Formats: sequence, structure tokens, C-alpha cells
Amino acid sequence: MRLPSGGQIDRSQSLRFTFDGQQYRGHPGDTLASALLANGVRLMGRSFKYHRPRGPIAAGSEEPNALVTLGRGGRQEPNTRATVAELFDGLEARSQNAWPGLRFDAMAINDRLSPFLTAGFYYKTFMWPAAFWEKLYEPMIRRAAGLGAISTDPDPDSYDKGFLHCDLLVIGAGPSGLMAALTAARAGARVILADEDYTPGGRLNASAEQIGGQAATDWAAQVLAELGTLPNVRILPRTTVVGAFDHGIYGAVERVSDHLPQPLPGKPRQTLWRIYSKRAVLCAGALERPIAFADNDRPGIMLAGALAAYAHRWAVSPASRVAIFTNNDSGHATARDLIALGVDVRAVIDTRADAPKLDGTEVIAGGQITGTRGRLGLSAAQITRANGRSHWLEVGALGVSGGWNPNVALSCHQRGRPVWRDDIASFVPGGMLPVGMLVAGAAAGQFGTHAALAGGAAQAAAALGDLGIPASTPDLPQADDALYRITPFWHVGGTKRAWLDFQNDVTVKDVKLAHQEGFRSVEHLKRYTTLGMATDQGKTSNLGGLAVMAELAGQSIEATGTTMFRPPYTPVAMGALAGRATGPDFKPTRKTPSHVWATEQGATFVEVGQWLRAQYFPHAGETHWRQTVDREVNATRSGVGICDVTTLGKIDVQGADAAAFLNRIYCNGFAKLAVGKTRYGLMLREDGIAMDDGTAARLAEDHFVVTTTTANAVPVFRHMEFARQCLWPDMDVQLVSTTEAWAQVAVAGPKSRELLQRIVDPAYDLSNDAFPFMGCAEITVCGGLRARLFRISFSGELAFELAVPTRYGDALMRRLMDKGADLGVTPYGTEALGVMRIEKGHAAGNELNGTTTARNLGLGRMVSTKKDSIGAVLSRREGLTEEGGLELVGLRAVNPQKQIPAGAHILEPGAAATAANDLGYATSACYSPTIGSYIALAFVQAGGTRMGTRLRAASPLTGVDVPVEIVSPHFVDPEGERLRA
Amino acid sequence: MHDLAPLTALGAATPRHDMIGGVTIAENPNVALASVAARRGKSEPCATALADWLGAPVPEVAQHSGDAKTGFWLGPDMWMLEAPFATHEDMARDLGTRFEGLASVTEQTDAWARFDLSGDGPDDMLARLTNLDLATLPNRFARRTVMEHIGCYLLRRGATYSVYGPRSFAASLHHALCLSAGAL
Repeated sequence: MRLPSGGQIDRSQSLRFTFDGQQYRGHPGDTLASALLANGVRLMGRSFKYHRPRGPIAAGSEEPNALVTLGRGGRQEPNTRATVAELFDGLEARSQNAWPGLRFDAMAINDRLSPFLTAGFYYKTFMWPAAFWEKLYEPMIRRAAGLGAISTDPDPDSYDKGFLHCDLLVIGAGPSGLMAALTAARAGARVILADEDYTPGGRLNASAEQIGGQAATDWAAQVLAELGTLPNVRILPRTTVVGAFDHGIYGAVERVSDHLPQPLPGKPRQTLWRIYSKRAVLCAGALERPIAFADNDRPGIMLAGALAAYAHRWAVSPASRVAIFTNNDSGHATARDLIALGVDVRAVIDTRADAPKLDGTEVIAGGQITGTRGRLGLSAAQITRANGRSHWLEVGALGVSGGWNPNVALSCHQRGRPVWRDDIASFVPGGMLPVGMLVAGAAAGQFGTHAALAGGAAQAAAALGDLGIPASTPDLPQADDALYRITPFWHVGGTKRAWLDFQNDVTVKDVKLAHQEGFRSVEHLKRYTTLGMATDQGKTSNLGGLAVMAELAGQSIEATGTTMFRPPYTPVAMGALAGRATGPDFKPTRKTPSHVWATEQGATFVEVGQWLRAQYFPHAGETHWRQTVDREVNATRSGVGICDVTTLGKIDVQGADAAAFLNRIYCNGFAKLAVGKTRYGLMLREDGIAMDDGTAARLAEDHFVVTTTTANAVPVFRHMEFARQCLWPDMDVQLVSTTEAWAQVAVAGPKSRELLQRIVDPAYDLSNDAFPFMGCAEITVCGGLRARLFRISFSGELAFELAVPTRYGDALMRRLMDKGADLGVTPYGTEALGVMRIEKGHAAGNELNGTTTARNLGLGRMVSTKKDSIGAVLSRREGLTEEGGLELVGLRAVNPQKQIPAGAHILEPGAAATAANDLGYATSACYSPTIGSYIALAFVQAGGTRMGTRLRAASPLTGVDVPVEIVSPHFVDPEGERLRA
Repeated sequence: MHDLAPLTALGAATPRHDMIGGVTIAENPNVALASVAARRGKSEPCATALADWLGAPVPEVAQHSGDAKTGFWLGPDMWMLEAPFATHEDMARDLGTRFEGLASVTEQTDAWARFDLSGDGPDDMLARLTNLDLATLPNRFARRTVMEHIGCYLLRRGATYSVYGPRSFAASLHHALCLSAGAL
């Protein structure tokens, strides 16, 4: 019910929303929970395991019960805490984990079966048959016991990420956080103040206190207003700091648009900030903890502080008659507040025999709550007095306070363990705090408002002092420092179930059972009973569980210890973690210079690393990619084909020692390569295994252009840079990657020279004599455009590679197509490129696979013995040079139409397909339109001696077994006459 | 004069120009680039020649200098030089002559796609893209940074920023710039 006045809500405006289809109204400033309570709705969910009716117990992000599903379709979000869901017009919420409905839930039968559903029930019950677990038991259990569900529709919203920097990060904007921020801000430090609430102020929003002679909320608003005017301060409301990471880095989720029906156009729903702080003050406050007693989970039973928060901030009371059950003074303060707001507080039941008196209500000192009634919400509580007499009190709400736990979570994210303080019966941050973190206010156990203000100011000043920023502590406003006295009391005895963890349905009995069954470590207790798991991570339940366990073990809570605190502090949407990296933007994409043109040609693209390359160019009427690829290969081998090969790495190597440098990088000789010549080079890793191959063209005495494979462009550059900087710093060599700077096009086929002559400027003679195989030159094309020409061939045909500045790559392709129309010029993609290199027996990534040597590749003689080079010595290791090792050979299918699977293993005819009989493996396979047969390249033991023999290429995995003939890997033009033509 | 028509890094005949909120994102193909790396033992004469070409002091570490022609620091004894494309398309060849024996010069004009950011809020926009702390950097900073997993250079020129990303990544980089501007 809504109280007649007060609250930080705008009563002049009304917001419509639905819960389980029922229409309700609330006001701006409401949360879903406060609005439902205002409408008399206490029942908001069903519990995880027993499907017990539940309502909110808290008013913040620690809420374990009131989990609802918001939105629909792609925007459906399960397990949202109604206590932090900001109300907006049109909000649509549904309950979860209930069938057919929240008020009547058939699965509540589980509650009747509770004697069987104790801790470890699944482990003990669903043991056999083992095969049933995944297919039957687990899906069944998940359906019966669970939280909300996602829709599996794509999320239509966008998420963002970003980086923020500050001198001081203040985590939490309650009294200590506001004072810390103010102190640092006035000193001129760069301050970020993050608060998870939409109205910063923390506890001040839920309190009748006065600060500096004005209402605490007004003081908070005034401080925020001042901070808002300062350019060195960034206030982040609706922002939860979810993790403390290395070196002062914090993760924070800003809920940019969750308070709106949907984000404004272009705006993200949430932003995940990485905050780099020099210092941080944790001002995260304290969380109240419940006391366990029989049937303490009925809707209407809440934390006492939450009752006060609902009354103050939202002018809501869950019922007209309430009672308080407490073991400390803050319960009395809550009762006083509620009475002042006109709520009928029937009694304060205080477990302490020496409980103080209170005006306006009866204090039952030494009393306990020993039972509750009410089908879907509390209707009465049973009070047992110190003298043992019991009676029932009719109340619709019961505020419970078992004390306050400083919110230590973030202080423990770097494996720090909190320390116990007897005077407040709680853990406080201590020991190993994250680097640069200080703690202030209730989070540090400073429970009074004055103490919090003083603590915030002092810690901010201390942090700034560390940074050499002089800061003076501002005059502290007048504030109360009420005495906080507590006598620890964790659970009321008895045989009925008393809940410790509401979210996971863990009772005192479950902890006892775990103890009885030998679970001593708190971490084991957590896993066995599920205490402290799931979305709330035990914010309200952990200490109660520890206390029961300590009691059973006859040791202190301190000695029992806590479980590990890990990020995130509150649940984080997967979308926020993904940020902008979703769908086609999951990773950046590289496009070739001819991408626009290739798209116009209808090319099919393939991802090669981050590159998108044209895979083939289908023509009308071609119904299978093989038709297209065969046509492209045939056209190139008989006429001329062009292919964008820009993706191959290009490294500019200059300097007086450039040739000597390459002579050490490549295993074959480069020192004597003539200017104007290109040479095929193979580079080895330090361990003698082949690393990459490519060409190096000598454009001048002191200038080479090295090419690499597409995949190894970066690793080779890194390798060369390492050699230059670390191995041979005395050499005069300069390296720059120029992969992107030049658009490079392969022009291949017997008519390639004729085509090129039509665009290369007449000053340059392309005849075989003037520009022979492996020539290179800086030339001009199309009337003066600077270009580089290399006479190299991957296809085995007469071929050239022509490079122009990248911006002209598109125009070059169009010009080549135009000028070569009468020659039948045909663009080809990576498939045809692959077919032609297999036909020619050229190694590529499949052969340079990180396990093969120059010798395996048939290039053993390239490893020069007349010089030293990286990997040369280790390539001569015994194990790598034994006779009978793997040698690169060709495979030809005995039945030409029978496909050889790449990766197939090579076996003798009739041999069983076992590792012992394995002779090698096929690396690259294709259909060769030139040979008219399926062919492959393979590494086969002593392959060179097996020419003409018949073996099998078998893939036991796919059941394929193909007879093959061992042939030379050079299927096409083994003498190399074509490329020298 | 050759007759091949250039495309911009984003694949169009004319550069892309976006105004999103208060931020302008302008593709800028009108810049010629060349890297200059001092030959071993030639740091000083190379620096002198560089200052001469720039008409300004050699850029400090992670900064740029110069006015009509500019240069920014890439690494020890290595700089990237910028000049107007229309007048300096063949800059690398000219610089090669000028720095003969002093430095290795490499044409970089089309290795990079450049986007200039101006208007209100490029700082806030860049906070979503780079972990550089812009508020603490000098006015003429030139830093290597990663944006959207792409290795970039970021330069501040007064109220304007230039982002250089590898040319093949232009579309992905542009997409990220636009998204970030829209998110403000």
C-alpha cells in the first residue's frame, strides 16, 4: 500500500505496467518492486527448488527472491531483480519458475517432497544409469528447478564498451562515497563517482536522518549538484562496478537505457566501462542479513532496512500492520522510522534480553519468531517470549534484522580475505586489498552516518596524498552517529525448515546435513548445498550459512572462513561483455583492393584469416562451384587469368646490410641475388622446421621486397623484426610492412604477356629476353602510374604479378578485364589458385604446417651448407634427416572420379587402418581439370622411392578409402617450360 | 598522366563524410605518406634532414610536428611523413633522393586509411575506442593504439583527431567510429 505522502516519487505522473498480464500503475521514481508493493502485490516469484511463494526481501541489488522476466522476444531478460528494475510506462514483467501460474503453481508439489529434496539429493539419486544423466535427468531437473528462460531470439539492442581514466574512483555514492568524491573533487583530482542506483545517495535515500541541518536526501542532492558542475568529476549513476582487476582497473556496467522501453536510436542498452584508476575508494555500504526461523520465507517477511527503504524512498508499506524481529539497534531505528511515517508497528521482537525500550510500540526483549502463517503471504507471526510462552501476532509484514555485513566483495576480488570484527559481528575488508584500493564508510564497518562522512573524506584525502595531490578535508556536516550494538543471533532453533539462502532454497537443515556428511570446507559446503550460488551470490545468505557451520563445528566464524568472492558483483548481460563485437562485426574484416569490383562480378567470398577473398566467380548457368573453378583453371591455363593476390604479405627490407640480413633469414642464398631479380626463398624456424616461403625481389643494391604467405604475413614480419632488433642489432637494416600499400594482381597464362603489354608503358620491354622468368622491375603502367612488376608464377604458367598503389587496384582490375576481353581474360579466385598450385606441386599452408622440414618438402638442397642461417643447424638433426622420412609426393586417384579426402592417411593395400601401418597423409586435394582426375599432395614415407606404386588414401573417420597412385607432385609442366616461355 | 581512377579506402570514388550527433567523421584520402627510418649510425644527419624537410623540429617521442608538411614518431629513429596528396603523390621517390644514404624511405600512402574526427565530443567518442587517456596527452600527440582490435595511429591536431588504420580494415574501422559517435 502507498503511504499518503512522502517518497522520492512523482505522484503527479502515472506509469502503466503489467505483471503476469495484470495492469497496474506506479509513479516515476518507482522500482517494479515498490510499485507492486504499492499495489498490494507481495507475491512476486516462486523459489528455485520447492516453488515456495516468495516476495522481495530487499530493496536493492542483493535481492534473492523477486526475480522476474522483463520484456519479450529479443529483449526478454530473465532473472531481473524487481527491486532494481526502474519503472517506465509500458514495462512488462512476468513471473518465472511457476506453472501454470504464480498463485497456483503445480510444481509446488516439490515442497511436499522436501524431505527427499535435501542437500546432495541429485548426487545421491540420479547416479545410474550413467547414460540417463545428460539425456533424461538433467533436462528434467532443469525444467523443474530453474530460473527464467531466454527467448533465443537475437538481441535487437546494441552494447558498447569504453575506457575511462581517473585519479580516484569512488565506488558507491552513499554518505561516505559522496564525501570522498567531494573531498577529491574540490582538490582538483579527476574523480569518477559510480553508483548502481538511479538516484545516488545510498542509505540516505532510505533514511529520516538529518545532515548539516537538512534532510539527508537534500544534502545528497546538494553534493551531487556541486559535483555535477565540476569539470574534473564524472558521475555515473545506474553504473555497477562489477569487478576489481589488476593494477587499479575496474569493470563497470552502465545501464544506459534499461529505464526506457527501448534505447534511443543509436544508443547502447548498456556500456561496459574499463576504468583505469590510480586509487579507488570502496564506499559500497553494508547489506543487512536475515535471521533464519521457521517459515521465514513468506512474502511480506523482509529485511528491516528494506521496510524502511520502501517506506521512505517510495512511500510504500507491504502491509498496514508490521512487526520487527531484530538482534541489534538498527531494527529499533527502523521501527522508529516506520512509526514516524504512520505505519502500525505492532511489536519489536528483540532476541536480546537487555533490549532497549521504544516509544510507540512494545519491545519483546529476549523474544523470538518461531513460526509464520499465510498461504501466499504473511498473515501472522508466532512470537515466543523469553519465558517460553507463544502467541500469534497478526501482521502482514515482518522486518528482520540480523545485523549488517560490510559489502566486502570488491575488496576480495584479488584473493583478499576479509577479517572478522567481534564488535559488529561481521567481516570487514582487510589483508590484501586490490592495489590502490581504500575502503570507507559502512563497507569498512563505519556504521554511523558521521563516521561514514568522516571516513569518506579521510580516505579520499589519504588516496590523494599518495598521488601527491594536496587535499584538505572539508568541514564535515553535522550528522548522527547512533550507537550500533548487536548480540549475534543467527537462527531460531526448531525442527521446521528455516531458510538461509532464499534464492537456492537452502535451509539450516541442509547445512546441518552437509556437516553430518563430512563437508568441512566452506567451499565444499557451497557446492554441496548450493548455498550462495546463482544470481545473488549469497549476498544475504553467506554469513548465516557460515554461522551455522561454525556452530556445528564448534569453532568461530572467523576460523570457518568465507568462500571466495569473484567478479562480477552483480550479473552482467552477455551482450555487455560482447560489446560491439556481434554478428558480422564480431571481428574486424580486411577487404582487398578489388573487393568492390569482385562484388559486382558476383564473386563468392571466403574468409582467409581476417581477409575476405574472392573464392570463385560463378557465371550464369553454373550450378556447382566445381564447374566455375574448372572453367577458371582451364581459362587461365589456356589463355589468361587474373587474381587479386594483395593479401600475401609484403615486407620492405632496406639498408646497407639488407642482402646479408636476408641471407641469414632464408636458408637459401640471397647475398648474390642480382638487382632486378627475384628468388624463391624458404625460411626456417630456429628448430629447423620450415616456417614460411615466398619470394624476395631485389629492387636495388640496398632494397628488397619480401613476400610471405597470407597467413604468415604478421608472424614473418615479427620474426624478422626480432632478428633485426635482438639477434643482429649491428646490421644496417630497416623493415616496414607494405602489405596494404600495394594492390597486387597475378596475371597468369600463356597470354599474360600479351595482356600486360597492353597496359605497361611502352618504355618497358616484357619480352622473355628483356624480362625473363624471376625478373622484377619498377615500371609505369597506363600512362605513368608507378608500379612494380615481378615475373613469378604460383600457377606454373607464364605469369606476372603487378603491383600498383592500392587506391588504383580496383581500376587496374577493370582495365585488365577491359583490355583482355578479346584474349578471354578470366578472373579467378582462391579455389582455382589452389587447384593450380596443387597441380604444380607448390607448397602452401597445408604443407608448411609447422611439422615439416625443407627435406620433407623436397627442398632439402635449398638449405645452404655454405653459410649459416636461422634453423640451418637444427635442420640437420639426426631425427630430421633419416632416410625413409616423409617426402612430398603427388597422389592420383586410380579411379579419376573418386575424390581423395585431404587429411586422409596413406596405407599399403590391404593394411589395416591403424597408426602402426600409417605411411603418411594427404595435405591438399582437389579435382584437377587439367589432368582430368582427382589429385592430391601428400607426405609419404620414402615417397620418392614409391613412384608408380599403388597405395590407399583412407579416412577411417569418414569411412572413405580410395586407391591412389604415387606420382610426382609436379602434375603440370614438370620441366617448367611454360613459366619460362 | 595515367588514367586509372582511384577509389577511397571505403571503396568509393569520393571520400565518405558522416555527421553523427555533433561529431564529424571524414575519410581523408588527400594525404601522401612515407616512412623514414634512419640508416645505422645516421641518426643525427637524418634528423637534421628531417627537420629541414618539415620546416619544424623533429617530432618528440609519440608526437607530431610540422605544419603544411607534418611528421609523426613511429619508433626510435623512425617517422611517418605526411604531405598533401595532390602535390606529393610521389613523395617517397623524392624523399629517397633527399635522404640518400641517410635513411630508408618507404611509400606508405595507401597502406593506411585516414579518418579525421572533429566537432563536439570526439574525446567522448574515442573513450569508447581507445584506452589512451586523452586528457593527459600533449596537444600534438601521435600514438599507436588499438581500436576495435585494429592497430591504429591516433593523432591530435588542435580540436581535430586523425585516426590512421590499415587500409584493408577501413570499413570495419569506419563502422566502429560511426557506432561510437552514435552512442554518445
